[in-house]
Amino acid sequence: MKIRLMAAAAALIAAGGFRGAAAETIYVTNEKDNTVTVVDGATLEVTKTIPVGQRPRGITLSKDSKRLFICASDDNEIQVFDIAKQEIVGTLPSGPDPEQFILAPAGNPLYIANEDDNMVTVVDVDTGEKVTEIPVGVEPEGMGISPDGKILVNTSETTNMAHFIDTETHEIVDNVLVDPRPRFAEFTADGKQLWVTSEIGGSVNVIDTATRKVIKKIGFEVQGLNAEAIQPVGVRVTRDGKLAFVAMGPANRVAVIDAQTFEVKDYLLVGQRVWQMAFNADESRLYTTNGNSNDISVIDVANLEVTKSITVGNQPWGVAVAP
Amino acid sequence: MGFKKLCAASLFVVSAFGVGGVATAQDTSADVATIPIAYITQRVKELPPFSLVDQPTTDNGLLGARLGVEDNNTTGKFTKQKFTLDEAVVPIGGDIVAAFRDLLAKGHKFIVADLPAAQLLAIADVPEAKDTLIFNVQAKDDALRGEQCRANVLHTMPNYAILADGLAQYLMWKRWANWFLVVGTGDDDKLFAAALRRAADRFSATIVEERVFDAAPGARRTDTGYALIQKQMPVFTQGVSDYDVLVVSDERDAFGEYLQYRSWDPRPVVGTQGLVPTAWHRSQEQWGATQMQNRFTKFAGRWMTDRDYSAWLAVRSISEATTRTNKTDYASVNAYIRGPEFGVAGFKGQKLTFRDWDGQLRQPILLAGPRTLVSVSPQEGFLHQFSELDTLGFDRPETTCKFKSAAQ
Repeated sequence: MKIRLMAAAAALIAAGGFRGAAAETIYVTNEKDNTVTVVDGATLEVTKTIPVGQRPRGITLSKDSKRLFICASDDNEIQVFDIAKQEIVGTLPSGPDPEQFILAPAGNPLYIANEDDNMVTVVDVDTGEKVTEIPVGVEPEGMGISPDGKILVNTSETTNMAHFIDTETHEIVDNVLVDPRPRFAEFTADGKQLWVTSEIGGSVNVIDTATRKVIKKIGFEVQGLNAEAIQPVGVRVTRDGKLAFVAMGPANRVAVIDAQTFEVKDYLLVGQRVWQMAFNADESRLYTTNGNSNDISVIDVANLEVTKSITVGNQPWGVAVAP
Repeated sequence: MGFKKLCAASLFVVSAFGVGGVATAQDTSADVATIPIAYITQRVKELPPFSLVDQPTTDNGLLGARLGVEDNNTTGKFTKQKFTLDEAVVPIGGDIVAAFRDLLAKGHKFIVADLPAAQLLAIADVPEAKDTLIFNVQAKDDALRGEQCRANVLHTMPNYAILADGLAQYLMWKRWANWFLVVGTGDDDKLFAAALRRAADRFSATIVEERVFDAAPGARRTDTGYALIQKQMPVFTQGVSDYDVLVVSDERDAFGEYLQYRSWDPRPVVGTQGLVPTAWHRSQEQWGATQMQNRFTKFAGRWMTDRDYSAWLAVRSISEATTRTNKTDYASVNAYIRGPEFGVAGFKGQKLTFRDWDGQLRQPILLAGPRTLVSVSPQEGFLHQFSELDTLGFDRPETTCKFKSAAQ
């Protein structure tokens, strides 16, 4: 009995490292190199580097998981990458200087923030046509979409607002003032909250989506670290609404927050200038892009541990995980 | 409709709009508040740029203020606030104080002053200017932050001490501690040189020798002039005992550029030419600055200068105050800008705030080569108990500023 238990335990331990990771592939945009690095989720090694357009930043998976959309910011277009073929197969119009974007939960359309001309461009990914442009604040970047697809949120870095946009009428229905230089907007899976990071304010503003009021401002403090170094950018919340992770830029750490009490539980040291993050499909891992150390970090979510760093290209920006 | 749903009371006071405290033209829409901003400058006789590679800079400073107002109005669409810019560009020989008085008579309380030190003090000291907020976006004189500080003036342009300290920190980080200082004969050359001497003392550099270069600007090189310069510069710079770097103070851009590649000893040139400490540079693209550069270049048809940037920051500070307080009157805006909650985002990676002891905006300083950004100060390792930005320029314990108001 004991031996069987031990063997079973040993098998579990051996399998643990690969749980949920056997087939996943991680794609990282390298802003400076104009490439995408491909990392195998099982071995956590770089398998290839693919040349893409100029200044690639935002990257996102299509709903059917067959394609990746990549913002080629300096080419002023979205590139479409076919995962099976492992190559760029086409482009989509995007408006000037696309930085970040978000796909409607239905898989179409794509909402793109045009950093240079204060617009959000809406593009039909099937026809490749621009549907419309929505004027927003100065330097739009963060894009969030409600789980029912009805409300799109865009944050403007210099106007310091989260604009709530009705996706049917394409009209702004509300503007919520947030702390300075908001970078990222993320709805919780239940649609009840919107988490917005403030890079210069050093905080996260949690907005109640029903009342559209900021219900909580989360601040951060790391012993020995200058407050100015804490510059939150990316934020991700687990589907069960229990944990939130915030990439804190030049603080070189990811903050772990109890998403129910809003208390900061831990700070995980990753690489330098951590900006964006992506979960794998079962949320057992969180991958972070560390722009100034040219690597990505792998966080084991169950144990809240950083288990590995993998060198990618120059100035990694965005990350997407394909199953 | 949207504006009334803005953030919860715990963050800032939501109050009904007062109609702006100025009796100027109001917006037709009843619930939009108008915030007038004035800009004042005087034309000076401009020499052609030193080099064909430089851009001719028309409306320096003014275009920064104009873009600032446009950016404010983009935000203002959502907050129901409209900003206007009243431009007083006084011709050469014109009366600056009279023009300023005209602005005050119209009711202006927020003034962007793009003027040299003497004229800035002349307008700040006008008795009716007592309850106004004047932003100095041009003059770098250290005295304006010290013995000649004024209660109604805030400075967005960094002063000479901040620039010299920013440069000195980098030189010490490089361990280039022995300096050969070359100073021009212009007044501003001497002011910057004084700041460089203070910086050397502060950061333990040694000025091994100082020499004065006597050249008036405007004597531009003619055909084959390079041959003359090629011989003059080595002679001027020979015989200096062991030094690491040639520090030049030539604010008028008369001769400093000639030192590079021509000094007797092979040494990097830094200061007003070569590696330059500055508030802004066309090569700056960090912390989202690319977007600012793109927006400005598209708007102005030329690159953004440090004066444009300082004027832009001044105008943005006003909007930051009116947006966060929902108030547009002078007293509220002035109090908020000088208060602990205020911070303006200036594409330098951290929020920028005004020092309460002398009104100077604390900010990182760019160290720029001709084509690229080389570094940003404060340098790693220079520590401070309150803000590392206060390792640059005049810190609280050493200030000689005792705010005087126009009444004194």
